[in-house]
Amino acid sequence: MLDKNGIAKRIAKEVEDGYYVNLGIGIPTLVANYVREDIEVEFQSENGVLGMGPFPFEGEEDADIINAGKQTITTLPGASFFDSATSFSMIRGQHVDLTILGAMEVAENGDIANWKIPGKMVKGMGGAMDLVASAENIIVAMMHTNRAGASKLLKECSLPLTGVGCVKKVVTNLAVLEVTNKGFKLLERAPGVSVDQIKEATQGTLLIEGDIPEMDL
Amino acid sequence: MISKKVTNVQEALEGVSDDMTFMLGGFGLSGIPENAIAELVKRNVKNVTCISNNAGVDDFGLGLLLQKKQIKKMVSSYVGENDEFERQMLSGELEVELIPQGTLAERCRAAQAGFPAVYTPAGYGTEVAEGKETRAFNGKMYVLEYAFKADFAFVKAWKGDEAGNLVFKGTARNFNPNMCGAAKITVAEVEELVPVGTLDPNQIHIPGIFVKRIFQGERYEKRIEQRTVRQRD
Repeated sequence: MLDKNGIAKRIAKEVEDGYYVNLGIGIPTLVANYVREDIEVEFQSENGVLGMGPFPFEGEEDADIINAGKQTITTLPGASFFDSATSFSMIRGQHVDLTILGAMEVAENGDIANWKIPGKMVKGMGGAMDLVASAENIIVAMMHTNRAGASKLLKECSLPLTGVGCVKKVVTNLAVLEVTNKGFKLLERAPGVSVDQIKEATQGTLLIEGDIPEMDL
Repeated sequence: MISKKVTNVQEALEGVSDDMTFMLGGFGLSGIPENAIAELVKRNVKNVTCISNNAGVDDFGLGLLLQKKQIKKMVSSYVGENDEFERQMLSGELEVELIPQGTLAERCRAAQAGFPAVYTPAGYGTEVAEGKETRAFNGKMYVLEYAFKADFAFVKAWKGDEAGNLVFKGTARNFNPNMCGAAKITVAEVEELVPVGTLDPNQIHIPGIFVKRIFQGERYEKRIEQRTVRQRD
């Protein structure tokens, strides 16, 4: 079974040379730590920066340079700043190659819910609806089940949707799954996790074809 | 040169009154018009609608207006950092319209650019699109979103000149340029008001034509919401 860093490490393998990547808040942010060093990738943050670098050293924080999670950041050579409309032109205009974001629920048809629990938690969608409505390549990073132990991979989402039919791939603490028109296709198991464990933790349709390999991390 | 300069924040906010709609730049606490917000608190204008990506934190930014219950309605994309906001929203005291961040930016830009509305794919199939016109273009569905109408836009820039030209710094730029000229009156506050002629015309982010009033801001706190650092090796 993977921890959050393990999920980030597995997703980092999906990042290819020349990609512009938008990372959501939470587990997705950790992906930047594991991207291969021999490829060129630029990270976009929707609050208006392309070419994000690591966190600053203590004493070098700048209130005017933050990421979408409001964390202080640095920029790398070649970076640029821009306004919010330009930022979402990059996103809606499909100039960003890969979007990685968290979710509360994903349905077997690719629907995603991650912005609201009616009556309980309403933080807002931020840029998530723009990202999922436009990106060609969306990977969800999340735990397979919620804190109560219920599956987050469902036949249908129960929470208000963020986007419809948009998720292509899901990486959880248990597995890598592809969203197909017949349901979640199991691609890989996390180290030490059995197919039965994944079956048990998946409420949506799970397609299992042949032997399922263990993730190569 | 047409001068946009006013002497202080009091003069800059002349005409502000109850029941108005305001746009406020900033992302989190970065690039917020601190001086204009302080003056709105001081004037105690009530029943206002605020269009701003976030709602500040409990004791800073728009949180200051929320504390004094000056805001009737918020139009935002993300409001997760403010307990008082959540309390007022769940109790029904505060009306809240949550919209996608890109839609928020584009509704500002549409108002700035003279478009009545724009089609966006964001929110299609979700509750954000309920009751709105939708239309297919090349086989994909889009939602019609209207340009904002606002009385004042309050923006904050790094540098500016008397002509109203603005230069922003880092990610403090965010929604500020998109709100310039998107309301009846745009008020820009700057960290540094420089003499006309010192800003390179090639480097100006927002031309002065979009700005109605500009003033030298004071005592910027520029709070950091999530101070995150790495260790030196």
